[in-house]
Amino acid sequence: MSASLATVSYIGATILFILSLGGLSNQESARRGNLFGMIGMTIAVLATVLGPKVGASGYAWIVGAMVVGAAIGLYAARTVQMTQMPELVALMHSMVGLAAMLVGFATFVDPEAAKEFTGAAKSIHEMEIYIGILIGAMTFSGSIVAFGKLSGRIGGNPLLLPGRHFMNLAGLLVVVYFGGLFLQAHSIAEAMTPVIVMTVIALLFGVHMVMAIGGADMPVVVSMLNSYSGWAAAATGFMLSNDLLIVVGALVGSSGAILSYIMCNAMNRSFISVIAGGFGTTSAATKPAAGAAQPAGEVVAVNAAETAELLREAKNIIIVPGYGMAVAQAQHTVFEITKTLREKGVNVRFGIHPVAGRMPGHMNVLLAEAKVPYDIVFEMDELNEDFPDTDVAIVIGANDIVNPAAQDDPGSPIAGMPVLEVWKAKTSIVMKRSMASGYAGVDNPLFYKDNNRMLFGDAKKMLDEVLTVLRT
Amino acid sequence: MQTGVATGVPSGQSAAPALTQTAQRIGVPREIFPGEKRVATVPEVVEKLVKLGFSVAVETGAGNAADLSDDAYRAAGASVVADATQLWATSDIVFKVRPPTPQEVAAMPEGQTLVGFVWPAQNPELMQQLTAKKATVLAIDALPRTLSRAQKMDALTSQAGVAGYRAVIEAANAFGRFFNGQITAAGKVAPAKVFIAGAGVAGLAAIGTAASLGAIVRANDTRAEVADQVVSLGGEFVKVDYEEEGSGGGGYAKVMSEGFQQAQRAMYAKQAQEVDIIITTALIPGKPAPKLITADMVKSMKAGSVIVDMAAEQGGNCELTVPGQAVVVHGVTIVGYTDLVSRLSRQSSTLYATNLFRLTEELCKTKDGVIHVNMEDDAIRGLTVTKDGAITWPAPPPKVIAAPVAAKPAAAPAAKKAHGHGAPSEPMAGNKLAILFGVVAALFWYVGANAPEAFLAHFTVFVLACFVGYMVVWNVKPALHTPLMSVTNAISSIIAIGALVQIAPPMMVGAAGRPDDWIRWLAALGIVLTSINMFGGFAVTQRMLAMFRK
Repeated sequence: MSASLATVSYIGATILFILSLGGLSNQESARRGNLFGMIGMTIAVLATVLGPKVGASGYAWIVGAMVVGAAIGLYAARTVQMTQMPELVALMHSMVGLAAMLVGFATFVDPEAAKEFTGAAKSIHEMEIYIGILIGAMTFSGSIVAFGKLSGRIGGNPLLLPGRHFMNLAGLLVVVYFGGLFLQAHSIAEAMTPVIVMTVIALLFGVHMVMAIGGADMPVVVSMLNSYSGWAAAATGFMLSNDLLIVVGALVGSSGAILSYIMCNAMNRSFISVIAGGFGTTSAATKPAAGAAQPAGEVVAVNAAETAELLREAKNIIIVPGYGMAVAQAQHTVFEITKTLREKGVNVRFGIHPVAGRMPGHMNVLLAEAKVPYDIVFEMDELNEDFPDTDVAIVIGANDIVNPAAQDDPGSPIAGMPVLEVWKAKTSIVMKRSMASGYAGVDNPLFYKDNNRMLFGDAKKMLDEVLTVLRT
Repeated sequence: MQTGVATGVPSGQSAAPALTQTAQRIGVPREIFPGEKRVATVPEVVEKLVKLGFSVAVETGAGNAADLSDDAYRAAGASVVADATQLWATSDIVFKVRPPTPQEVAAMPEGQTLVGFVWPAQNPELMQQLTAKKATVLAIDALPRTLSRAQKMDALTSQAGVAGYRAVIEAANAFGRFFNGQITAAGKVAPAKVFIAGAGVAGLAAIGTAASLGAIVRANDTRAEVADQVVSLGGEFVKVDYEEEGSGGGGYAKVMSEGFQQAQRAMYAKQAQEVDIIITTALIPGKPAPKLITADMVKSMKAGSVIVDMAAEQGGNCELTVPGQAVVVHGVTIVGYTDLVSRLSRQSSTLYATNLFRLTEELCKTKDGVIHVNMEDDAIRGLTVTKDGAITWPAPPPKVIAAPVAAKPAAAPAAKKAHGHGAPSEPMAGNKLAILFGVVAALFWYVGANAPEAFLAHFTVFVLACFVGYMVVWNVKPALHTPLMSVTNAISSIIAIGALVQIAPPMMVGAAGRPDDWIRWLAALGIVLTSINMFGGFAVTQRMLAMFRK
């Protein structure tokens, strides 16, 4: 295959990737979008392997490596639980980061790669290598930590080192300084030290960055890492002068950035403050002293039978799922209840907050897994005005996203965050394991409202009981 | 949950009922006040009380006047006691409607708990008798009605609603015409005009009922804030042509100034000439009912008109009212029944029983059949007029829960509407946009001034791809964010190409000084990692998308 043919194939692959992302914009075309992505990837890989840049001696290596990778990847994709999707995605980001780092190193140690460049072009090429490794390393270590946090291997609380902003700044300065050294280096051996130092700092920076971010901000982090993995690919593209990599990297990078932006918007917080981390600790500690109302009163607990009774008498029900539903694996029971009620002519809908769960769209995937038809699953903006006409709103394992303090209490750390207004329903039922506060560490006045009932216990167990009563 | 019904007659526990662990017994005697047809509990509520752990005893025939047979009570789990004295003697708690008569108080054992209407202000001797019995008395009429939590127990409201409904029915009964306007083959019938004085709970119920019968309804109240409620029920609010606010706190009206009363009288006089039916509900707590309709006004009414005076028991709003009777004066029927609620006894009993049940729930949070009178609770504190023989009435005003408005910071941040996806974001502020453009222009100038042409080609592609990505992804539905992320993740394994071109570039392998093995291993590892991602990412996306269905 000639170089031109390979380039044309790349253009084809690029178009397919764009169509793939475009196809993902709604459910009808999503599967086709994914198919486009696969075809695009196949074309890109084949064009590269058969193109002028890969010699015949490499085929065995390539096939071997791909078979191993494919086996692992397909196995993981088959076996992963839908509730574990955030972890899987984070882990996969780390692989992209690591791969970008490895490719960067391979290019760096290859004297032939830089041979054609002179002058400014050479500097730019070296800078590209340097930045490529930097982003790759950050993505890698950050994603590993995110994976650890999401899978519960590392605690979800933000780790706040004293002077963390200065540490980050110092790290950045060191990286810039060694970048200068790196550019001035005359041989690979000479440049090795700056690269190693930079890589270590980048790895530490990635760890530190994600460690400082609290559990409730994980959706932002996951999409941000998604974005980073794209930039890493784009940087690799610059390094190798490969437009396909640049385009795809930019597509992925900007899509991740937009997702992060949407998530931040959903929490009414600036991107910077999420990245700077430490949410819900410093602010929560200082603000209540400034006169924020502490919710008071008593909560009214109900049992499963009474819940079933309330549901049976309702005409309009909105279910608001949260991370608790994912943890308890209760989505199937939720659907069974939904089905039973819908057969009785009750209008049951789902209200999804943009940051419910630990990953953008997490709840939708879980409900889809449980076969909940997506046309009864609504976004917050679509049904938030319907709560006053709703008889019962059930909150399953969610807290901050239904906290009225976000609207009523300007001193609250989550003030201004858009929330689902479940308290406007005639009755709201909150299912929780205990009275503990949400990830943001903010107490929830909803629990103390007159029309609110608490159903304590494991969501799955409680919902099973509710279902049993409903069916009798 | 405890569902077993204690069958044994609890005795000798009355000295300290709150400390006993066995289920308490709720006794419901027959109401002996003449004309009272209500009963303090109904079979449906008996079931719920039993579920709370109480045993319930009902005097035989207690529900007869409300069409509730002894058998119905038995079926619901109550025991039926033949003798009132025995019922009083063996119950820990007695539910009543009317205040107890001296005979009934005499039958009370010491330390009994009594729940019902007591009217402590009007019945000081009764209070003395009750304290002598060391009784704990919860007067349902003393409930702090402004407490939103207390609304479910508000028997005054529920009973007033029944009375308002019945008042319209009585009026319709005495009135010789249709309420609604009709055009029939036999001619045209004008709708009846109904004027309702006082838009409290009873008045509002009357407005709703009369409006639903098709009458033209007008109403007046000294409290201007109820105008909206009147309109919402289909009535028309008639203003008194005089400026004075008549809200006396706690949802009641107060006595108005002389000037106002004059203007009000003029308005009533005008209405009396126009309307066919007047229903008066005006009451001022602790005072005789205000005389709103004078004899002259009655005289000015059309023959066949009807006045229903719901305040008859407190002396009546009409000068000519005869409490307890319907009389015809000057051709106008004046209905002064004092038992409107009893005339709908089944309905009023059911509502009253439910009010008492809600109260019992509050008293018995543990659901073990033992009540606990928690004096810390504002609602319970207000209700409790005597406790263990000490008068605790009147209760101090309930703690103000809603902080004054001034305490709220004026500029509470309004929740920003999350812009969804799909919807274009709000345009940026002009100066912000200018700064952004400036920064970008400077950046571009820097790149253009320094970078070689080859780099610029790539840079062009990069910038355009960023924009394409932005345009494409902005429209993605939030429901698909997770699949989107896994697909972009899979796509980002395009980085495999970087590894592929390094593994064995034909021109360079074997070139002097190239660490072939190093590069090869690094690249091979890169390929493994990216293919995990590639295959895994696409496969898991496929799996997820297959689950989305309509």
